[in-house]
Amino acid sequence: MTEDHIDGNAAGGALSDVFAVDLTAATGQCSSCAQSLALAEALLYTQAPGLIARCPGCEEVVFRLVRGPGRAWLDMRGMTCVQFELADS
Amino acid sequence: MARAKILGRLTWRVATVAAVRDETSSARTIVLDVPDWPGHLPGQHVDVRLTAPDGYSTQRSYSIASAPEGNRLELTVDVLPDGEVSPYLARVLSVGDPLEIRGPIGGWFVWDPEKPEPVQLIGGGSGVVPLMAMIRARETVGAQTPFRLLYSARGPETIFYRDELRRSSENGSGLSVTYAYTREVPQGWERPPGRVDASLLTQITWAPEQEPISFVCGPTGFVETVADLLVSAGHDPARIRTERFGPSGGGS
Amino acid sequence: MLSAGPTPQISTEVWNFSVTTETGEVRRWNWAELNALSVERTTVDLHCVTKWSKLATTWEGVSLDTLLDGVETSAEYAVASSYGGYTTNLPLEDLLDGKAWIAVRYDGEPLTPEHGGPARLLVPHLYLWKSAKWVRGIRLLNDDEPGFWESVGYHNYGDPWREQRYWGD
Repeated sequence: MTEDHIDGNAAGGALSDVFAVDLTAATGQCSSCAQSLALAEALLYTQAPGLIARCPGCEEVVFRLVRGPGRAWLDMRGMTCVQFELADS
Repeated sequence: MARAKILGRLTWRVATVAAVRDETSSARTIVLDVPDWPGHLPGQHVDVRLTAPDGYSTQRSYSIASAPEGNRLELTVDVLPDGEVSPYLARVLSVGDPLEIRGPIGGWFVWDPEKPEPVQLIGGGSGVVPLMAMIRARETVGAQTPFRLLYSARGPETIFYRDELRRSSENGSGLSVTYAYTREVPQGWERPPGRVDASLLTQITWAPEQEPISFVCGPTGFVETVADLLVSAGHDPARIRTERFGPSGGGS
Repeated sequence: MLSAGPTPQISTEVWNFSVTTETGEVRRWNWAELNALSVERTTVDLHCVTKWSKLATTWEGVSLDTLLDGVETSAEYAVASSYGGYTTNLPLEDLLDGKAWIAVRYDGEPLTPEHGGPARLLVPHLYLWKSAKWVRGIRLLNDDEPGFWESVGYHNYGDPWREQRYWGD
């Protein structure tokens, strides 16, 4: 295991630009190896033109987020069926 | 109630530095006054954004060190060698200065004071910061949840919050604090300097049968090692929450 | 150094580089074979999309003109792929006419894994994300195929002089 990543938790701020719910505690399944994971547990690479989160099991990409001036791009195809905690209204 | 605090899209807001306090020769606590701060959960972080006069801006995540308390918020920032943001925060920023922050962030690495299970906190270096927020929140709400803190640091001079930790662990409320030093130890210290290992963990952490929840925070290598040791010792991986910090944002 | 994942540690004993045409024809070089080709020295400016530029950097590598010499193709596009799974796309013509190299040395020293070694693509006239680190092959294609960053917001071509950073720039 290399030491150049941090936790998916650190992507919480950038994701909160887009989502009204906290995504770090959301759980989903890695599309490659089917491991269940919370976004906070993903391996997050930030020394790049965007944020890249990888599965802690197989290291495949689970999501990518790019922020440009006035725009954002999100690719979550590496993670299926994301479950959110949501209060009943 | 607690949940409401983590809902809603976040925007940048301008805080004002109310006080600064040295923790060690390289680390400083910054007390922020944040108008309309919605409150936070112990373990959450904020993003801090610095913008240069030419418009270049960069941001970093910092754990909140304080328990939820009105519009006040404390961050403890250690200077990273070659850091782009930390030297400014820890050395230049002064009382009265504005600081752009976004938060609170994160719903995973947080302690819920209503949960009764024992809590194991394991921090490496400035990884103690979010753990301190949990210790302070526990005290604020008067919880009796058994807490153990294992605090690994290079040497005695690099320990944050030492006096406060001594007071809190001696007041009979059920907090125990153990220091482990990796480079230098005080005179007469029982353990030679060294990294946290399996025997130390077995000796001072809760047994897996007590079903503690563990919060591990520190540099990536430290967190990997400790989390692996906890799993090998029989702890349920689902009850181990980790937060690694490392390089973040921009750079090359 | 920019990195989208764990840094691949590839020994030169197992390293190889291939060019695959649109018809499936493959040319492959191992480390010794690549280094036996004509290695050129070039001094270029680098432009990173995160706004810095580094001027007058010196590299040694094999020109893509050498590697593609005699390859039969009518492809117009190329995708470079790396150890670790990274990909980036560019028009084939941007790899030709002395504009691109498979670089093996930087500043007189072998490339470390952190700098993309054993070998990286060097295409200095485009933003640096096009200069794929840990490069292992180039595929020639009839149709364009957006790479890792190009498929999530970054500009398909990436000309630093026209500040082509994001989609639509």
